[in-house]
Amino acid sequence: MIRYALKRLLLVVPTLVLVSLFVFGIIRAIPGDVVDMMLEQFQYGKDAAELRAKLGLDRPLLEQYLVWVKRLLAGDLGQSLWTNRPAAQDIAARFPVTVTLSLLSILISLLVALPVGILAALRQDTAGDYTARSFAIGALSIPNFWLATLIVVLPSFYFNWAPPIGNFVALGQDPLGSLAQFVLPAICLGITQAGVILRMTRGMMLEVLRQDYVRTAWAKGLGSRVVVLRHALRNAMIPIVTVIGGQMPFYVGGSIVMEHIFGLPGLGSFVLEAISRRDYPVIQAVNLFVALLVILSNLLVDVSYGALDPRVRQHE
Amino acid sequence: MGPSTRGCASMSDWMAWAGLRRKPLGLLGGVLLLAMIALAVLADRVAPYDYDEVDIFSRLKPSSGTHWLGTDNLGRDLLSRVIHGARVSMAVGFGGVALGLLGAMAVGLVSGYFGGRLDMAVQRFVDAFMCFPLLLVALTIMALLGPGLANVILTLGLVLGVRDSRVIRSAVLSVKENLYVEAARGLGAAHWGVILRHILPNIFAPIIILATVNIGAVILIEAALSFLGFGVPPPRPSWGGMLSGAGLVHMLRAPWLALWPGVALSLAVFGANMLGDALRDVLDPRLRGT
Repeated sequence: MIRYALKRLLLVVPTLVLVSLFVFGIIRAIPGDVVDMMLEQFQYGKDAAELRAKLGLDRPLLEQYLVWVKRLLAGDLGQSLWTNRPAAQDIAARFPVTVTLSLLSILISLLVALPVGILAALRQDTAGDYTARSFAIGALSIPNFWLATLIVVLPSFYFNWAPPIGNFVALGQDPLGSLAQFVLPAICLGITQAGVILRMTRGMMLEVLRQDYVRTAWAKGLGSRVVVLRHALRNAMIPIVTVIGGQMPFYVGGSIVMEHIFGLPGLGSFVLEAISRRDYPVIQAVNLFVALLVILSNLLVDVSYGALDPRVRQHE
Repeated sequence: MGPSTRGCASMSDWMAWAGLRRKPLGLLGGVLLLAMIALAVLADRVAPYDYDEVDIFSRLKPSSGTHWLGTDNLGRDLLSRVIHGARVSMAVGFGGVALGLLGAMAVGLVSGYFGGRLDMAVQRFVDAFMCFPLLLVALTIMALLGPGLANVILTLGLVLGVRDSRVIRSAVLSVKENLYVEAARGLGAAHWGVILRHILPNIFAPIIILATVNIGAVILIEAALSFLGFGVPPPRPSWGGMLSGAGLVHMLRAPWLALWPGVALSLAVFGANMLGDALRDVLDPRLRGT
């Protein structure tokens, strides 16, 4: 198991190098006229030469990269042009918001998708199954930002009630009141993903329920709860866990939109502000941070996959 | 193209059609998508008004005989704007998917067919790219290129192309193990000939499935980009842009502004998803029956 985990860890190295090169490329890809525009609109420096120096573009390419990586390793993710604050400081402050939103969304996805997916598989081709499948397709087709907009607009028009937006309360200040602000955005974000997980759960359960060992379990006279939950679901869960783990980028991407609509000060709204101010060092820092997060979660999924399924370890 | 490959393509066409007839939801999806294409093409004739015809005396009016879906904050006819919005979505949907598939096919065919170190290098590149959330990459590239319809198509084509190349590659990997590929090589056929004549026609099914499923995805991402203000700029109506937070003040007074663009958007995505789903069932024998 440890050997398997170490192997996975080694495979991460080339990915890390390439990811760093991509992120390094972001600032180098700024068109020249954009530098002029940044000076004109946002006064990021006295002249183009100063701004280029601030962006670290005034030295040979290889040297730029090495200096940049050296700073990264020391925890320096660069400095915002807009606020002059270190990007790492803001990321650290905003990260908990995005994590809370993502975890709550995943929880909601699972609470909806697992029971409904299992029931749909057990009652294949009944009205309930069709309803569940239609819900899944619908969830995949309805854009979550539209759902969020409707949640903001409709109750306020018809019932004079609006969800709490603005005046963000941090988790530390008032845990329950803070969590309440996350519920609606988490539902909007979680529902879309519930569609994906529901379909996956139903499909996997159908496959597993047809297998011989499940038939044997029924034939032995075991109760349906034991057969379904202990024998079937356990094996069906392995690919489902991978899917959920692999959806990490989706939750982070989706939080950009949700934080924007519901006024949550997380990483998503942070990068959106940076993009509208052409604050490239911050855009770069967030991209790198998020990519590292995804690499880490993929690694965890891979390792837990190996732990859940002995066949994976042996094949490697 | 030789007779055998042509027979293969028409065979899968026929299978797709025969199978789709037994998939009413897939057919419905196809019809919805066709209707959206028709709306996009005929927008100028179908829409009762110009999409940017301002009428300040009838601002934020609810639906009526003259304005079926009501009007927006500048008195522009919402129905006409929703109809014209189909243009942006369809242009981005089909343009982005076509561009993405071309890139994906080029990369996937070369990487999968030649294998070895080249494949290894290309795949690590794809791995690294997939570490970035789709919306974040799209936003970052749009921040470099600046807003605009052509840039959205380019960005989404690139983003999806890299992802799809992996699907194409795995299809190529399984097809190239076939004896007829070895036979063609043995008879002295050039690599390019083998790729174009023997591999490409046989990975037709995943390409079709990818294309349809991706249309829905591309339309959604464009809408999200425009919603956030980094996609297709006004006054050109895009469904995502019409729902954008900039109009929230008006939506609170006139909720139909928040309703109809989203309905159109959902229908288009639903259509593409249903069609893609049905095509996947029909064209991918491994999934048949599940």
